[in-house]
Amino acid sequence: MKKLPPILLWGLPVVSGLLFVAVWYGVRAVSGLQSWILPTPVDIFRAAFSERATLLAAAGQTAIGALGGFVLAAALGFVTSLLLGVSRSLRASLYPWLLVLQMTPVIVLTPIIMLWAGPGMPGIITITWLISYFPIVANMTQGLLSTDMNHVALFRMCNASRLQEMLLLRVPSAMPLYLAGLRIAATLAPIGAIFGEYMVGNSSGKSGGLGFLVYSYNTQIKIPALFATALTSCLLGFIFVAAVSWLNWAVLHKWHDSFERNDH
Amino acid sequence: MEAVAPIVKFTSLQKRYGDGPLVLDGINLQVQPGDFITFIGPSGCGKSTILKLVSGLSPWTVGGLTVAGVKPRQARDRQAFIFQDATLLPWLTARHNVELPLRLRGVPAEERVAKARQMLELVGLGAASDYYPRQLSGGMKMRVSIARALTLAPQLLLLDEPFGALDEMTRNRLNEELLALRVQAPFTAMFVTHSVAEAVFLSNRIVVMAANPGRFHAEVAVEFPYPRNPELRARQDFQAKVNEVSQRLHEVEVHA
Repeated sequence: MKKLPPILLWGLPVVSGLLFVAVWYGVRAVSGLQSWILPTPVDIFRAAFSERATLLAAAGQTAIGALGGFVLAAALGFVTSLLLGVSRSLRASLYPWLLVLQMTPVIVLTPIIMLWAGPGMPGIITITWLISYFPIVANMTQGLLSTDMNHVALFRMCNASRLQEMLLLRVPSAMPLYLAGLRIAATLAPIGAIFGEYMVGNSSGKSGGLGFLVYSYNTQIKIPALFATALTSCLLGFIFVAAVSWLNWAVLHKWHDSFERNDH
Repeated sequence: MEAVAPIVKFTSLQKRYGDGPLVLDGINLQVQPGDFITFIGPSGCGKSTILKLVSGLSPWTVGGLTVAGVKPRQARDRQAFIFQDATLLPWLTARHNVELPLRLRGVPAEERVAKARQMLELVGLGAASDYYPRQLSGGMKMRVSIARALTLAPQLLLLDEPFGALDEMTRNRLNEELLALRVQAPFTAMFVTHSVAEAVFLSNRIVVMAANPGRFHAEVAVEFPYPRNPELRARQDFQAKVNEVSQRLHEVEVHA
């Protein structure tokens, strides 16, 4: 398939975005809905501007929770995968329970988490961790187990120890999948943090994060501000994904085929 | 001839995977130090399995096999394996790939660096030492693989169709380089290939194998003295030897 020329690659999303906005105004005109039910984009930007200090402070708060949960998931996910990758029996004993944990909806666990971790940041970080942990473990474990058999044979021929095989062969060759897991987790972490704030957040210290803002704007029926909060959450998500994409590039671009250049 | 102890000795060896059919049967062979012995035969004749047994990567079922007088696994220090694809670690530069066997053995960094540089220069890749594998051509990757195998100065080199994926020109050149390397770093070679011409050019002994079960069909001696140079390929007696081996292979394939 031929690649799109750059003009279209940048231009088409703009065109489709404008079309979307046109439809938006059209629906509003035809239905006669009022701003407090369906605000116009202008209403939303106006709300975002007037609430900018609140939104920014809340986004910062959410970023801390999301980052905390994400880093915890990245670290614990790495360690868990090593354990699962080391031995068949450990994998057999642990993996089904990880699945059970993954299959249990977080919303069901939220009251328990609140009970154990407490409301506020500890609970939010726990919820974020819970949401972003499993994709990391699943990907990294898969990576550790799909090492090239010839590479393993090479290490065996050199009388490499199990530890050397793990650290010098299996872990580096699992890196692309670990990073793929991190990328999924990066999309989930802000969602997890906002959900956590919505459920267990509070306004102590005047900023309860974006999730708490959702709750607060909703009760005040500030619908344009609610849309502005959605916009801010979306931007925060993009920042997370961009950061992990950069990490992915930094680790892999020199050697991995997904960054193949044609300049040699 | 018999005065020298063989480096590899198969005695009435049989091999099967689990309850499956026989993969190898009645294997008797003595590889003498300095031999360049090539195994050739139809797919499924177990020629690669022979190398796996010698390297200790795979166990046999009945019979005996010793490498340098001991069990294969105990003789791993003396051997190196070159796989069909270069099996370089893609996240390491050429130099670090060559250093890998030394690193696994706990050789100090300075010594590793010096040795790796020396080996890369030996295979003509001194300038490419900081390249990652994906920046290298197939032939260059295989040269790095050879350099890596030779860093530990093995007595015995096992080569499993190392040049099978390369174009013919590159293959011929690497054949010549491999023989040249033997002058500087003498090793006994056990080599697996599908190419008769390659077998004749490289080896002093060629074992033609048959399949179902894998067994030795015939051994052909190749008497051209070393060092051999590219002109050998154009000679009539070279072509005659190629024909002789092809004839032996044909017998096996007809009966298969």
